[in-house]
Amino acid sequence: MAENTLPKKQLIDMYRTMVRIRKFEIKVNELFLQGLIPGTIHLSHGQEAVAVGANSCLRKSDKVLLTHRPHGHALAKGMDPKRLMAEILGKATGCCMGKGGSMHIADVSMGIMPSLPIVGAGIPIAAGIAFVFKQSKSDSVAMSFFGDGATNIGAFHEGLNLAAVWDLPVVYVCENNLYAVSTSIKRSSKLENLAEKARSYGIPGMTVDGNEVEAVYTAVKEAVERARIGGGPSLIECKTYRHGGHSRTDPATYRPKEEVAMWMKRDPLKICRQRLVERGYLTEGECDALENEQAVVIEEAAVFAVQSKEPAYEIALEDVYS
Amino acid sequence: MRKLKILEALREGLQQEMERDPSVFVIGEDVRIGGGFAVCRGLFKKFGKERVLDTPISEVGFTGLAIGSAMSGLRPIVEYQFGDFVFCAMDQIVNEAAKLRYMSAGQVKVPVTFRLPVGANRRGAQHAQCTESIFMNVPGLYIVTPSTPFDAKGLLISAIRSDNPVLFYEHKLLYGFSGVGGPAELQGEVPEGLYEVPFREAVVRKEGTDVTVVSNLLMLHRSIEAAKQLEREDGIRAEVIDLRTLVPLDVKTIIDSVEKTHCLVVVEECQPTGSWGNEVIASVCEHMKGSVHVKRIGTAPTPVPYTTALENFVIPDVKRIKQGIKDIIVN
Repeated sequence: MAENTLPKKQLIDMYRTMVRIRKFEIKVNELFLQGLIPGTIHLSHGQEAVAVGANSCLRKSDKVLLTHRPHGHALAKGMDPKRLMAEILGKATGCCMGKGGSMHIADVSMGIMPSLPIVGAGIPIAAGIAFVFKQSKSDSVAMSFFGDGATNIGAFHEGLNLAAVWDLPVVYVCENNLYAVSTSIKRSSKLENLAEKARSYGIPGMTVDGNEVEAVYTAVKEAVERARIGGGPSLIECKTYRHGGHSRTDPATYRPKEEVAMWMKRDPLKICRQRLVERGYLTEGECDALENEQAVVIEEAAVFAVQSKEPAYEIALEDVYS
Repeated sequence: MRKLKILEALREGLQQEMERDPSVFVIGEDVRIGGGFAVCRGLFKKFGKERVLDTPISEVGFTGLAIGSAMSGLRPIVEYQFGDFVFCAMDQIVNEAAKLRYMSAGQVKVPVTFRLPVGANRRGAQHAQCTESIFMNVPGLYIVTPSTPFDAKGLLISAIRSDNPVLFYEHKLLYGFSGVGGPAELQGEVPEGLYEVPFREAVVRKEGTDVTVVSNLLMLHRSIEAAKQLEREDGIRAEVIDLRTLVPLDVKTIIDSVEKTHCLVVVEECQPTGSWGNEVIASVCEHMKGSVHVKRIGTAPTPVPYTTALENFVIPDVKRIKQGIKDIIVN
């Protein structure tokens, strides 16, 4: 067995979660086009292997800090798709009662801290969460997700440096989808691999294929285990690609057609499904069945969200202060 | 009478609350040696590096770290070496600390105390600002401005125990104030033990019937001096109110006074455009019965200049405050 090869059950579980995310995002897009979602949405289809590979290394007690594109990671960390979908639709049954929305989701009971769409803002905050783990001698870890764009903002530098000098149990996962909205990473960094930035802080850095869920899992797992035993933070860069634009208002015409085609061929779900079949973990028929089963889960979540009530007006005035 | 300087009262409050509550810790630049103005002196020796954390020069980093730790159950006290440096961490305070409870529908709380030494003291424009008005427009933050040793300790303890982010303002020129040599109205005993001064409780520091003067921090001290001189020299009896907290604002105490005087003067070290003084005036005008004359006294609308003569020219002094009060009485 190759170094990255995961056991049957584990890989099937990961595939199931990746499928769940894909189906979820497709459904969110449908509901958006039906005019049922306020504002905009940031879909993560194409990037599922990062969310699933990284979150699969975590326990329920570990805490994650997400971004403006948080749906996939939240599902991978165990959020109920119904409560997530309802939040995106702005309903009272949503995980934040309709006060957060697509970009500001949270389920603290599952270790999903409020997601922070201000680019890079969660990076020092994750260090703070890790600081508490360290002070309380817990072996839990914090995991902070962010995109390539975040590696150029000051909070990235300050957060990683603090986490490094204090050996905090936090894993920084950079989801490099090659574009900060429309700006290619090639135009915003001289580095070929953003994980090289880890050297500036004296911490381990690693670049992996973010469309290979096993590669993501293996790299992140090593970083998580190191953090659990007091080895401090790591920076893992996962190179990936979003299938759509930055948000619903972005047709993503700035990306070369050949590039898009190349990455569409490298769809993380296709890659994973192929592995499952090649290894005899699942037949094609069993893969189809698993996908249909997840389609049902997501359809139920959509029905729940659509049928849920809007929040009462009064809650708009609550939770400003204790 | 047990008298302490504001500096000592703050230090005592910090130390006692840290002894009482192991979740409280101090974080900031050079806090091991006491921080920018020695408020934290002695804490490192007593509590060690686990609870007195020297940071790199990283306002975004240590503010964010404090917020994250507060969401996970600790009660950090963040020191900015000068209040002006808080602007480096603006996103963390305004977008994160102030909104996390709300956005998560109450799933998290952010009990952080941000300590900001403010006020002009001969250092020039970037080490001189009173920044409290800027934050008044951000729901989710409390803003505290103590002017006496008793309040410094009691309000600090309330701030630390609050489950909300609190911006705690300390005036640099008041650190040494212990009542000796200052206005008698602001003197008072500092209890040895722990006590809380509640938020939204302004106090009348000097009673009067002719005009209501509302102030805080250093300007409160100068306003009381101005009021006393006016009473002696011109027979003008000014009532002086110490706001103590800007958010929440105790509008009732101010209105009770203005309904008696019908004249309201706000005296602040912020420059008056978009400042807390306007909020006080608007709140009074909106809620009180009857008419009121108003006057704003504040710092000139310039950055604070360095040299003493110029700094003194732009910051309100006793003479200017007296003149402002006289103007409103005459008109």
